[in-house]
Order: sequence, then structure tokens, then C-alpha cells
Amino acid sequence: MRNTDVVVCDPKPLRFWQRFYLVEVLKGLGVTLRHFLGNLFGRKYTVTVEWPEVKREYSDRLRGRHVLLTREDGSPRCVACYMCETACPADCIHIEAEEDPTSTVEWEKRPKVFNIDLLRCVFCGLCVDACPKEAIIMTRHHEMAFTGREEAVATIDTLLQKGPIDRIDLGYRPYYGRESRPITLPIPVRVEPAPKAPRPDLAATP
Amino acid sequence: MTYLVIPLVKIVVILLVLILGAAYLTFFERKILAYIQIRLGPNRVGPKGWLQAIADALKLFVKEDLTPARSEKFVFLLAPVLIIVPALLVFAVIPFGPSDIWRLTDINVALLFVLGVSSVGIYGIILGGWSSNNKYSLMGGLRSAAQLISYEVPMGFAVVTVVVMAGSLSLVRIVEVQRELGVWFFLPGIVALFVYFVCGVAETNRNPFDLPEAESELVGGFHTEYSGMKWAFFFLGEYANMIVISAMATVLFFGGWLPPFPNLLAPLWALPAVAWVPPPFWFLLKVAAFIFLYMWFRGTFPRYRFDQLMRLGWKVLLPVSLANLMVVALGVLILGGRS
Repeated sequence: MRNTDVVVCDPKPLRFWQRFYLVEVLKGLGVTLRHFLGNLFGRKYTVTVEWPEVKREYSDRLRGRHVLLTREDGSPRCVACYMCETACPADCIHIEAEEDPTSTVEWEKRPKVFNIDLLRCVFCGLCVDACPKEAIIMTRHHEMAFTGREEAVATIDTLLQKGPIDRIDLGYRPYYGRESRPITLPIPVRVEPAPKAPRPDLAATP
Repeated sequence: MTYLVIPLVKIVVILLVLILGAAYLTFFERKILAYIQIRLGPNRVGPKGWLQAIADALKLFVKEDLTPARSEKFVFLLAPVLIIVPALLVFAVIPFGPSDIWRLTDINVALLFVLGVSSVGIYGIILGGWSSNNKYSLMGGLRSAAQLISYEVPMGFAVVTVVVMAGSLSLVRIVEVQRELGVWFFLPGIVALFVYFVCGVAETNRNPFDLPEAESELVGGFHTEYSGMKWAFFFLGEYANMIVISAMATVLFFGGWLPPFPNLLAPLWALPAVAWVPPPFWFLLKVAAFIFLYMWFRGTFPRYRFDQLMRLGWKVLLPVSLANLMVVALGVLILGGRS
């Protein structure tokens, strides 16, 4: 199409009553009055979720704050391979490796520094995809507030998994062909965080 | 002393009720708009959000009050005063009830007084827009002036219709005539009521005629440069003007303080269970209904384009109000008029 072409956009011709304008105006007033009365007597139309008293049940695979998983002895699974740092499109992961003295094999790396700048992070989940050891996964924890930029940099101490795996509100993580939960509409709302059932599939993986 | 003290007490009561009412109208407006737009509206400050208006008022008191460096300082200060004083002044003649207790004065040209005084309020907007030394504000002021000129005329004709029917300019007398005739003027004057209220909405710069402030086009229009208490005065003035227009519509067309069907249901209103209800209750009820209409309009209609606004004013409302005046005058003449 050249810019000399003429595009004719004829609106639909008005029907008989629409020409009078007043009728349509009154119909519009009727719609708003219906909404007003419906919401006044019993919140018939509002879909507002009153956070933080009520929280929405998010997807099983929500990409929230990261967590670094640990082995059974409490050491990080991470082997400082730099895969996540390389994959990260926001360049928010900073890793410094050191030799793992407790290693049973000849030599193995472990992270000395593992920082995630949560202000830079775009929560795309590519680090989770890149990780060969399933060491970094994401939780559904997404309500993060900081008072300064330094505070927003999560170090290895804060990232490391604390407590057993079934206590984590698991979010985006490797997928082993589990049956996915169908999404129901409207999206359910929870008043209190529900206790999570243990996830044997993840805990059992080496 | 009583001739001095009683009016003073009345003035204080009216002003307090008016200012508190205007503050709470903001809360009701936000709530009503929210319900219309399928939201919840303010519900955090106090139980169910009822203290929101108080919090807003306190916030406005402690806000910094900026004056632009290159503005016309005196006029800049004068404009908010000019808008709020006439709005409050009108209540000197509004009759809230039948006896002298319920009103400040009853002057025989009250209607003229109201029209004259409330027209002064527009100067506040024009001067505020001009003195801000800001293009947007000036545009807002200009629009306001044009709007005033267009809508004052049909509004006058609508009011004259009532005067023809009542044969008096006194607001008390107008209500009394409605009681004597047993019919409120909105029935014979339905067109006049329509014209009056549309013009009233336009004069108070409310949706869908809020072109002078038009946030999306003029970033606030005439009050772009205003902040703190000066801005609050503009706001209070707008809401007080809404109350004025609603109160006038009540007096002129809906029988002021009269209960519904004052003659037909007279035995009912004399019952002891109902008789204690003071007349201002009915007055305020009707005013509240009109104010709800204002907010309902705001939640429903999009803003007029400027040429559409002018066309509506000059090519629809003016001829309609003139023709209506002729018809009503003829009717009064035929039915053995009152004057």
C-alpha cells in the first residue's frame, strides 16, 4: 500500500434509535448504574484481590526469587561452572569459583562468591535452564522490597537453601514430565499460604 | 444581641457542614466512581476507608504551597479566593426549611443574587489560568471563559421558566408556590430542568464538560500550577459549586424542603412517626440525589470535544430553552397565570 492510497473507513450507519443520541446516553447511564448498584450491594462485579490480606494462587512455575539448592550434607550443589552467569541476559549473576577442599574426586570447583543483583534480574529463568546440576531454581517468592541497592544484591548466604526442600515454595525448576496442573479460571485466591506437599521428584534427583 | 448571634451561629454551622461535606464528597465520588468502574475504591484509611477524606485534608494542610516564580503573584493568590467565596456566599439565600430558623435570609431577588454571585466564581478560574503564566493553564482559563458564555445563557432561560411559573424571584416563595400548586416544577418544566442541569454541570466544569481542567489534554488546566491549600481551595470551590447547583435545582424544580407529595400524602407526613423529620432532611436528600447524578455522569460520559461543546450550547440548549420558555409562558397564560 502506498501512502497515496485512500483508505475508506465508513463507520456502520446508525440504527434508528441511535440517531437520537439521548436513547444511547440513557442506555450508557443504565450500564453504569447497574455496575454501581451491583457493587454497592454485594460486590457483584468487582474482581479485586485485596492484597496483602488475600493472595492470589500463582502458577506452579512462577519465576520468583532464586534459591541455591544444597546437597544432603548441606554444601551447595553449585559447581561454579558459570553456565548461569553466561546465560543470564541481564548480566545480574556474579560468580567467583574456588577449589572445593572437601571434594572426594581429584578436584572440584565450588562458588566462593555467588551474587545475584535482584534489581538487574529480569526473572526470565534462563539460569535455571542453563544449570547442569539443578543447583539454582526459582521459588514463588516474589514480594521483594529493598531499602537500598546494596541490599538488593543477594549473596550466597541468603540464596542458599535453608531447611528441607519441601519447605520451599517451589516455582520455576527443571521439568521431568510430571503431570502439569490445569489452570482454572478465574485464578484461585488463597487467604493464607497453604502448606506445601513434599515434592519427591526433586528431592530424589541426585 | 440575638439578631447578631443567631445568624453568626447559622453561618458557622453552614460553613462547617459545607466544607466537611465537600471533603466527604471527594470520598463518596471516589467510591461511586470505583463501583461504577468495577473497582473497590479507597478502603484502607479507617474502617472501610471512611477516614480517607480526613487524611486527604490533613495532607493538603501540610503540603508545600508553591508559587511559580514568573506568575502574577497577587492575582495568583486572588484566584482561589474568588472561586470559593462566591460558592459559599450563595448559601446565604438558600432556604433549607420553611421557617426562619432554617435559612439565613430571604431576600426577594434571591434567584438573581444566586445567578450573579455564582457567575463571579468563573473569574477565579480565568484569573487563575492567566496568572499562572503557563500555556496549559491559560488554555484552561480560556476554555472556561468560552464555556461560561455559552452556558450561562440557556441556564438563565431555564431559570426564567421557573420564575414565570412561580411569579417570584424569592427562593422561599418559589418553594411555597410549588406547595400551593401541589405540583413540583420539574413536571411542567422537565425540559427546563434538563437544560438547567446540563448547564449546571458545564458551569461547574464537571464531566462531561470538564474541558477547563481536562487532565489528559491540559494536565490540569487552570490549576496546573496550584498546589497545597490554594489547590484545595479550587477543589473545595468545585464541590461547593456542585452543591450550589444541586441545591438550586432542588429549590427550583423539586420543591426544596417539601416531602414527596406534600398535599396528597399530607396525613402521612403529619403522623408522629414521620413528623419529627426536619424539613432540611428532605432538602438534603434531594441535593444528595443531584450530586449522585453528577458523579454518575462523570462515571459514564467521555469528555466533549470543544467544538461539540460549543455546538451543544448554542445550537441545541439555547433554542430548546428559548422554545421551552415560550411554551411554558403560553401555558401559564392559558391556565390563568399567577401574575
